Amino acid sequence: MKKLFLIGFKDLRLVFRDRTALMFMLLAPFLLTLGLGFVTGAYGSHGSSGISQISVLLVNQDNGQLGQALVDLFQSPDLADLVDPVLSADPATARAQIDANAGVAAVIIPAGFTDNIIPPDNLAPAGNVMKIEIYKNPLSPVSAGVIQSIVEEFTSRVETGRVGGQVIVTQLLAAGLITPDQVSAIASEMGTRQASAGDKSPAIALQAAQSGQAQKAFNAMAYMAPGMALMFLMFTVSNGGRSILLEQLRGTLPRLLVSPTNSAQVLIGKIFGVYVSGVIQMFILILTCSLLFGLQWGKPLGMLVLVLVAVFAATGWGMLITALARTPGQVSSIGTAVMLTFGILGGTFIQTSLMPGWFQVVSKITPNAWGLDGFIILGMGGSLTDLGKPLSGLTVMGVVLFVVSIFIFSRSSFARK
Amino acid sequence: MKAILEARNLVKKYGDFTAVNGISFVIQEGEIFGLLGPNGAGKTTTISMLSTLFVPTSGEAIIGGHSVTQEAMAVRNLIGIVPQDLALYDDLTARENLSFWGQMYGLSGKALNTRIDEVLEQIDLTDKAKDRVKTYSGGMKRRVNIGVGLLHKPHLLFMDEPTVGIDPQSRRAILDSVKDLNKQGMTVLYTTHYMEEAAELSDRVAIMDHGQLIALGTQAELTKQVGEMETLILHVGENDDPGRLAAALRTLKMVRRADVTDHTVTVIVPEAEEALAPAVTKANELGIKIHSVDMREPNLEAVFLHLTGRALRD
Repeated sequence: MKKLFLIGFKDLRLVFRDRTALMFMLLAPFLLTLGLGFVTGAYGSHGSSGISQISVLLVNQDNGQLGQALVDLFQSPDLADLVDPVLSADPATARAQIDANAGVAAVIIPAGFTDNIIPPDNLAPAGNVMKIEIYKNPLSPVSAGVIQSIVEEFTSRVETGRVGGQVIVTQLLAAGLITPDQVSAIASEMGTRQASAGDKSPAIALQAAQSGQAQKAFNAMAYMAPGMALMFLMFTVSNGGRSILLEQLRGTLPRLLVSPTNSAQVLIGKIFGVYVSGVIQMFILILTCSLLFGLQWGKPLGMLVLVLVAVFAATGWGMLITALARTPGQVSSIGTAVMLTFGILGGTFIQTSLMPGWFQVVSKITPNAWGLDGFIILGMGGSLTDLGKPLSGLTVMGVVLFVVSIFIFSRSSFARK
Repeated sequence: MKAILEARNLVKKYGDFTAVNGISFVIQEGEIFGLLGPNGAGKTTTISMLSTLFVPTSGEAIIGGHSVTQEAMAVRNLIGIVPQDLALYDDLTARENLSFWGQMYGLSGKALNTRIDEVLEQIDLTDKAKDRVKTYSGGMKRRVNIGVGLLHKPHLLFMDEPTVGIDPQSRRAILDSVKDLNKQGMTVLYTTHYMEEAAELSDRVAIMDHGQLIALGTQAELTKQVGEMETLILHVGENDDPGRLAAALRTLKMVRRADVTDHTVTVIVPEAEEALAPAVTKANELGIKIHSVDMREPNLEAVFLHLTGRALRD
């Protein structure tokens, strides 16, 4: 165990003495974040919003409570600084205005939306699911993403209420407390109450978490900074993996392998060094962005666990690249390509939710996408308990990649020949 | 004396190529054992098997009573290695390198620091200990490379061509340090393709060629194989044909053999001085210009030539 740490900390020392590596690990993501900060004006003053008064067109064709609840949500004082909602008469007009760059997004609530979820008396729920359309302006991807997040949060709450209602009604029926004839009326009543409750409840997790405190503004930097940090994390892990092949090339790996150290200790020590480098990089970037841009990264425990697990998954990718490459040069070129590809796929530059469905599915092979999801959840006020999905995705990814890489390593560089 | 290493019919194959072909030898505790051979003879592969880096295709080696194939970890605790290529971390200082490798061999705390100080003094780098290795000259790096190998006071030290590519002064220092280590009781297996180094250092020498051990013994025992013969080396011009000269020299009664390497004709004769005049006459008859002449008493070079028909530097 001691040797594992010795190897890891030796690598850490070497990484932090490599000026070129440090430029890519720390300076490049910081400068890019800084550049994006200038673009958005996000660090003009601490805590100020990089994005505000997002112009959104609301088209409510629904005559029910849920459609009205969503309109009320956009018009609520909670979101007054963030969005500037304007009611529009019909979808075609709204879309035309967005096309003409007269707004960031149009939220089109279809007719019968409420009835689709809360059927009127004596009617069975509709089989098809009706969706709220968000017509986005491609020139404002981040702001459009904010609108989408608000709508998704609303629909998520409605869906939670609907499923919960179904469970309650089924149990009441099974217990004989109500008759089948009463089901429709009770379900309708529950839906109505749910809708009016939803109208009054805090809009999104961001506000919910901050209730009772000064209102927290959405900061675009809170999306950009982790995106950049995660993208350059991929550089760090591939550069770390490269050091394994460099040790082979420079003769220190054979020397390690003839010392009283087994090959597993050497490999795990090397991986440990890469992992710790990644964690330190992330925390330096997080700390720097917090101090300079006034960024709030969310609950510390959630952030800590998310960073540890995201670096674990990214390190898995670094190891796989290294295991498949033959020379340090190959690791560098493949690593750079993967870093940029994962940056694009993972939403560093454009939020994945604004991309087509297939893109969103493919993005899940990247630690960037899962990590960014986690940082957004934390940024919106979520805590460790809300990170189940990204943490699970990253953990599974890391485990699979490590198993495959170690299998390949055990048959190549680290095998006694 | 007790055997510290016993190699039994070691073989290493890579596909159809046999790098080491069934070599056997014993190294006694406290001796300097020279493994002499040209580049590609299989010396490094042999050391790689003995140091547990490579697994022999067949055969076995026992070091300090432990099998290199079955008890690799026990063997690693007994040995130290100075690889042919530098194996150091350039961005660490000499002290940091020694500290890291010392800890990898289980040294720690005060014992480690004391040992590092001793080794730095031994390799004459105390003053430069805090400089990064990348700022060192080739010779200084070689000395750190050796320092790492002997830091944990191994019972058996493998030194694989430790003087390749360095200046004569550093080379001299390394040869002297090997002798000092041996005086302190360390057993050394020293590989080289320099006949002079093997001759100066080794108690016994094994000569390797094409993966096989072709001779083994003390220098005196080996040179006996070529009798009392001396070596006359004639260097001819680039435009001359040394093959013609060698063929002509073979007609002389005193010449036991004459071999050609590049623009050199190596002649084995009972008395080199006596053979010089007839050899020059033959060259003049053929119109071949002799640029320079070397005369050597019986040595390992002659042994190698005698056994293989080629010069050691081939």
